[in-house]
Amino acid sequence: MKIVFRYSYDLFVIGGGSGGLASSKAAAQLGKKVALADFVVPSPNGQTWGVGGTCVNVGCIPKKMFHIAAQLGDYRQDQGRVGWSGINENGSHDWNKMVQVVSNMILRLNRMHENNLKIAGVQYINSLAKLINPNTIELTDQKGEKSIVTAEKIIVSVGARPKLYEGLNPQSYITSDDLFWMRRPPGKSLIIGGSYVALECAGFLNGLGYDTQVLVRSKLLRKFDQQYAQLVGQYMVEKGVKFHYGCTPTKIDGKIVTWKDKNGKESSEKFDTVLMAISRQANTQNLGLENVGIQIDENQKIIVNKYDQTNCPNIYAVGDCVSGKLELTPTAIMAGRKLIKRLYQGSSDIMDYRDVATTIFTPLEYSCIGLSEERAIEKYGQDNLKIFENVFKPVTWNISARNPSICQGKLIVRKDTDQIIGFHYIGPEAAEVTQGFAVAIRMGATKADFDSTVGIHPSAAEEMVQMKKFR
Amino acid sequence: MQISQEFDFFVIGGGSGGLAAAKQAASYGAKVGLADFVKPSPQGTKWGLGGTCVNVGCIPKKLMHFAAMAGELRKDQIEAGWIDTDIQGKHDWNRMTENVQNHIKKLNFSYKNQLNKKEVKYYNKLAELEKSNIVKLIDKDGGIEFIKSKYILIAVGGRPSYPENIPEIEKKVITSDDLFWLPNNPGKTLIVGASYVALECGGFLNGLGYDTTIMVRSILLRGFDQEIAGKIEDYMMENGIKFIKEAIPINIELTENNKRLVTWTQKGIQHSDIFDTVIIATGRKSDTNKLNLEQIGVKTNKNGKIICTIDDRTSIMNIYAIGDCVEGRPELTPTAIKCGQLLANRLFGGQKKMMCYQFVPTTIFTPLEYGCIGYSEEEAINKFTQNEIIIYHSIFKPLEWNLLESHYAQACMIKLIVLVSTRRVIGLHYLGPNAGEIVQGYAIAMKLGATKEQFDSTIGIHPTCSEEILTLTAIKGIDNPQKEGC
Repeated sequence: MKIVFRYSYDLFVIGGGSGGLASSKAAAQLGKKVALADFVVPSPNGQTWGVGGTCVNVGCIPKKMFHIAAQLGDYRQDQGRVGWSGINENGSHDWNKMVQVVSNMILRLNRMHENNLKIAGVQYINSLAKLINPNTIELTDQKGEKSIVTAEKIIVSVGARPKLYEGLNPQSYITSDDLFWMRRPPGKSLIIGGSYVALECAGFLNGLGYDTQVLVRSKLLRKFDQQYAQLVGQYMVEKGVKFHYGCTPTKIDGKIVTWKDKNGKESSEKFDTVLMAISRQANTQNLGLENVGIQIDENQKIIVNKYDQTNCPNIYAVGDCVSGKLELTPTAIMAGRKLIKRLYQGSSDIMDYRDVATTIFTPLEYSCIGLSEERAIEKYGQDNLKIFENVFKPVTWNISARNPSICQGKLIVRKDTDQIIGFHYIGPEAAEVTQGFAVAIRMGATKADFDSTVGIHPSAAEEMVQMKKFR
Repeated sequence: MQISQEFDFFVIGGGSGGLAAAKQAASYGAKVGLADFVKPSPQGTKWGLGGTCVNVGCIPKKLMHFAAMAGELRKDQIEAGWIDTDIQGKHDWNRMTENVQNHIKKLNFSYKNQLNKKEVKYYNKLAELEKSNIVKLIDKDGGIEFIKSKYILIAVGGRPSYPENIPEIEKKVITSDDLFWLPNNPGKTLIVGASYVALECGGFLNGLGYDTTIMVRSILLRGFDQEIAGKIEDYMMENGIKFIKEAIPINIELTENNKRLVTWTQKGIQHSDIFDTVIIATGRKSDTNKLNLEQIGVKTNKNGKIICTIDDRTSIMNIYAIGDCVEGRPELTPTAIKCGQLLANRLFGGQKKMMCYQFVPTTIFTPLEYGCIGYSEEEAINKFTQNEIIIYHSIFKPLEWNLLESHYAQACMIKLIVLVSTRRVIGLHYLGPNAGEIVQGYAIAMKLGATKEQFDSTIGIHPTCSEEILTLTAIKGIDNPQKEGC
């Protein structure tokens, strides 16, 4: 007699964010029996949200909308000068209205994602998942009721959450998990951290009219090109953000924050909101990884091989929770889709994380592709590089008094091959400018290729194909 | 005839091409002179050094387009929570033109400075060819001098042309030469033409609050992708611009109170209406008729455009021509600049590289901007046939449009035209916000022969409009282009 054991599912995906949604739908579209469990453990301040993951609910989407709202305020200085009357440059901002508009949008996206899962044939389970053994998952729903399911293959895409500050009460501050849903204006704000999350949030809070200060332990945007990190910071200072470098918080008592500088000198100030944005931590606690022996690194991130496979052969991982990968939505989506092609369609195509374009949506946006100047020098040596730079003023910046020498571009070129190994742009619409260049750079474009391309006039992007000065 | 100066290189026309060539030649140590003189428009408008782009083209156009967009943003500002933005606030034309003209004058001054620094001798005089190596220069008072030059470069550009069927039309209408310098707001405006000039001007005038009508003889944006042209028209109509199609004006009369009574025929029926301003934007012609080209033997076509070889040489050995005045060249600033620089490199720098006009990116700054590279759908089908191409398409909604419910959700579009045989992307069309900024980078990739797969394997920046270009799956003729959001 033959006993056939059937798993509940061919594929079980844990985590309904960018990576999880993409992989679950891709597998279901191939006819596999797929389930996806998504559950948001409330933040220490009680904030929770629907399916879609960080990007949709507490990341890319609300971040960009708030950034856009702040930028819209910035246009007021131009509007009068181009002839419009009735614009009060100093008019205040209605925070609650903005949160209402954005959260309605996010709720629509949650519903859309639920619907898309349904249309694709993925069973969506709003429960917290925990691995019991390599093929068994325990699910706990909102009411605390448990159930067990089995799956032939499992993908872990649980993403990450803001890291809490050791030694400070988590309820004495908020994080990016809470900020976008706050139903009261943040008021005078202190942001703790020098990450892009810290700077993007400080940027739009300041732009929306709030007294904004930033506490930075060492430097801004530590892993990024430091020349451009400085420019990002400089522009924010020009816009009124106050930075405290070399400072770490020691106490938060009610609304009063105490911090010390690198000499140990203490300062205290009262804030309405304290936003902790030091870094993010993989959301792998209570996942039961120890039950299946999955290895994690010192940051709790899951270790995988180049096929996104953990050391438990039928369990894979994609996205922010994975060690050594980029924390971006588009890479999680692409990794998820490629994984499904490998698992079910015999593909051998793996992710290539080189030359991925990224953008920081600070008040003056910064985009980069490839290596920072520091990394380039480390890898190739200063003598093997030619660094082209151009400072420019966008045509529309001539209307009102804007800094004429802050927008710039940099191309790091290898002398031996003439290839562009680092592309850096700080200026308006950095992301839109940079995207197309990423296609060319991935193809191995050289400085000569850039130079022989005709510019679009007038634009900021054309500056990147007209660089002559180098060092 | 007394020769007052001898040069290695003499440039006639101080626009994009002329200035670039002059400066580049001077950087090699050549002795360079440049003559620039603006003949006033029939309405009397004139301007300084820099050519069409700086004074009556790209620059003021973009600034006024920005001014119109700045007005549109008011609705978004209110939705985003900004208080004290009055959506009913009116636009002050003079405040805008003052700012725009101040910037243009700064540019005029800056160009004079640059020529000075490079030791290019600048003549604010009207040039004429006297002999194949002698130029006659006439100043504004009629004073004459002659210079001699080893090489002569003609870079005189173009000026708006006028329809020939209406008597004394030049007295009753304005063109893009005048629009940016109008001392008073244009009021209720009729624009005659279907070019990008007509649509860009109509677009910003409407955005600034003026009653705007565009009269078109046949199709919009001839030579451009017609599906996109149709969507540009739809968007402009949604925003209140009136189009009168298949119509040509047959008479324009000045009324008692200085308005214009325009009479036109449309499908055989006559109509008329009164406008404050009529703008003619039916085309541009090469500004070569006073150069004395025929006498010297420089060949032109019947539209006055100079006929050149691929290395920018005219029919006379030492005379070259670049930019808008040359037959077969795109009428764009960046191509004129590059062409001028490469010419100077060849004449004085011992280099051989010639200008390549393949995959030149362009952008039309209509209310919804359009950026394109390579083949339009019509051109692709014409050259390759329908079977040899695949068209990927997408209709998408920019993230920022989620602030305002009323943003027209189907307005933005992307098309990629791909060759079946090689999978090479031969046409890229983007209709949406920030088109100029978005399209630029793709031009490099397309020149390198990028395939659809190379586009698709490039990881997107999120959230942007541009990343949509890397995630096209819908095929025209098979799939619906509409997509869901993030």
